[in-house]
Amino acid sequence: MSQLDSLNPSAIPAPDEALRQEVRAFLTEAMRSVPAHVRARSWSGYDPAFSCELGRRGWLGITFPPAYGGAGRSAFARYVLVEEFLNFGAPVGSHWIADRQSGPLLLKYGTEAQKQRYLPAICRGEAFYCIGMSEPGAGSDLASVRTRAVPNEAGWLLNGQKIWTTNAHNCHYMIALVRTSGEAGDRHKGLSQVIVDLSLPGVTVRPIVDQSGDSHFCEVFFENVQLGPDALVGEEGGGWEQVTAELAFERSGPERLYSSIALFDEWLAYVRTPQGRTPQAQRLAGKILSQLAPLRAMSVAITEKLTRGESPVVEAALVKDLGTGVEQLIPAAIADDLFSRDAADVPAELLNTLNYITQVAPSYSLRGGTRDILRGMIARGLGLR
Amino acid sequence: MDDLFSDAVKALLTDHCTPAVVRAIEAGQSRAALWKALEDSGFADALVPESAGGAGLALADVYPVLELCGSFAVPVPLGETLLARGLMAHAGVPVPVGSVVFGTGHLGPDGRLQCTQVRCGTQADWVLVSCGGTCRLLSAADAHVEVAGFCLDAQMSWPQSAWDAALAVPGAHDLVTLQAALYAAQLAGALMAVFSRTLQYANDRQQFGKPIGKFQAIQHQLSVMSEHAFAARMAAQLGLRTEGAVPDRLRVAMAKARTSEAALEVAGLSHSIHGAIGFTREFDLQLYTRRLHAWRQAAGSESYWHDVMGQALLDSPEPLSLDLIRTLTDAVV
Repeated sequence: MSQLDSLNPSAIPAPDEALRQEVRAFLTEAMRSVPAHVRARSWSGYDPAFSCELGRRGWLGITFPPAYGGAGRSAFARYVLVEEFLNFGAPVGSHWIADRQSGPLLLKYGTEAQKQRYLPAICRGEAFYCIGMSEPGAGSDLASVRTRAVPNEAGWLLNGQKIWTTNAHNCHYMIALVRTSGEAGDRHKGLSQVIVDLSLPGVTVRPIVDQSGDSHFCEVFFENVQLGPDALVGEEGGGWEQVTAELAFERSGPERLYSSIALFDEWLAYVRTPQGRTPQAQRLAGKILSQLAPLRAMSVAITEKLTRGESPVVEAALVKDLGTGVEQLIPAAIADDLFSRDAADVPAELLNTLNYITQVAPSYSLRGGTRDILRGMIARGLGLR
Repeated sequence: MDDLFSDAVKALLTDHCTPAVVRAIEAGQSRAALWKALEDSGFADALVPESAGGAGLALADVYPVLELCGSFAVPVPLGETLLARGLMAHAGVPVPVGSVVFGTGHLGPDGRLQCTQVRCGTQADWVLVSCGGTCRLLSAADAHVEVAGFCLDAQMSWPQSAWDAALAVPGAHDLVTLQAALYAAQLAGALMAVFSRTLQYANDRQQFGKPIGKFQAIQHQLSVMSEHAFAARMAAQLGLRTEGAVPDRLRVAMAKARTSEAALEVAGLSHSIHGAIGFTREFDLQLYTRRLHAWRQAAGSESYWHDVMGQALLDSPEPLSLDLIRTLTDAVV
């Protein structure tokens, strides 16, 4: 209860809000001729050149200290940037994980040498990261991972397999949760995080084609991959705690509200035309807005907690579960609206966008923790577990 | 300041607005003792300027009082009176003694002023009625009153002479939006009350040898309830965040739509988890869940306000819905 009561409306500070104008001017130009069904991919769209350009403009790793290539800005500054990226449907998938999650993780748990080595390239938009969590036998039950890093004279010898690894085929590094001691039955004990250069011998990456026809995620195999002694991130045996902290970053951001926004805006453009406007569509537009807006306020309030150094894990789970619900309502309700009409005048681009979002929408409540996992976390936060 | 204020209101309501008092007033007993305690506390004058003897608070500052009116199922129009007195004081009209509620009226063919749904009308000394673009204060004692819908709500009518003689409040006033802001805040309070009572019940009630809250199905239902209560509370707070003395209509639309939607979900889940006991008059849950439905229906249901929001979104020239989302949610400090 206290956690729920403590989230109050928060204002984005003016200096951070001021970034919006600059980034919007750039995006308006950059995204001018990109069709909606492509913009709908957003943080699942990969464009290394685009990431480089964002890096050049100082918009990646903006929260990292200047010593590592960042701008030392607050979580609010990043919030404003990514909110604009997502709403314009900018292809930000290449650097997404590095900027959101891997960079902050290295900053929090990495050694000085690791920070010096890895962070500047993230800020330049030149180093892309993926997260090695799930395995064939370890999905929602993440603590049962079997991929193992065994210490040897050269560092760590890595063997095992990861799956559902988003964007691994386009990435340079994986930060993987692996077992460094004990057995699968030891659960949270004996897990550690290692950084793996995906170009090393013994690493095989195979993309998996999803039902939309895209390849967002991969299988990754490790066969006697020799890692250096400095591959360990954070403490040996501290992997579980580190992963939990990392997931607060993963779950709290605006990407849990805006996955279907390109479709919503494209549909609104049609509904604003004389032939598209109906009382039913107007009511639906209001319904979606009335659900999205409070979630945005909650997401900003969580960002405020992040700026104070808190780790609002339960609040983030609440927002993600509700947010993905709205993201999935959008394609379902828009389809019902469009196909309750004489479909003859519905623009093809709107239908293509709807088709794409309809096909990817199931992933919204899988990636970053399924509904049931999130509801279990909330229940724990409520003291029920 | 916020906490001190809400702690004082909470202490007052804990002492004077017990479930037994709520039941008694719902059953037709006198509200006099409860009303006197509330009136003596001065909270009903929170929005009245200090120069006129009030506390001179801003609209956003009174959110805690209005939320607590919901979480304590307050059966007298404290929130209505607080807002009505604020409105009248800002309009330069003397603030009346006693409780005030709001009505939307029309002059019938028989010449009588009809207000079909006056929320908490059975507990009012005065009714601030909006009719044909003007706003006047009528005495409830002069009205013909019939209970309509929720047990405290009424259908009221007055002879035209009462309307003609009533004190006029200058200016154009959107009483529906003002009430919607109030009921959104009360819903947020009642949602939290229902949620926390249901959480407690799930921890206490044993079946199959353990508290039912240990079952995953129940845990997930409680998680969903908390999500709705939490989102609704954020929306209701934003509904009162304004720089001026009058709430922003679009923010109120969001607040009332979201809290009303949550009301239905949370009321349903709470009864499901409580089982038959929650459906009895003796058990307190009904004091709050009946209000979830009553206040969802008051001052526009979710669809009424969805229409308002949809119109604003469709009339907006901005290609990104984000811009309206930001307008609705960027905190006014």
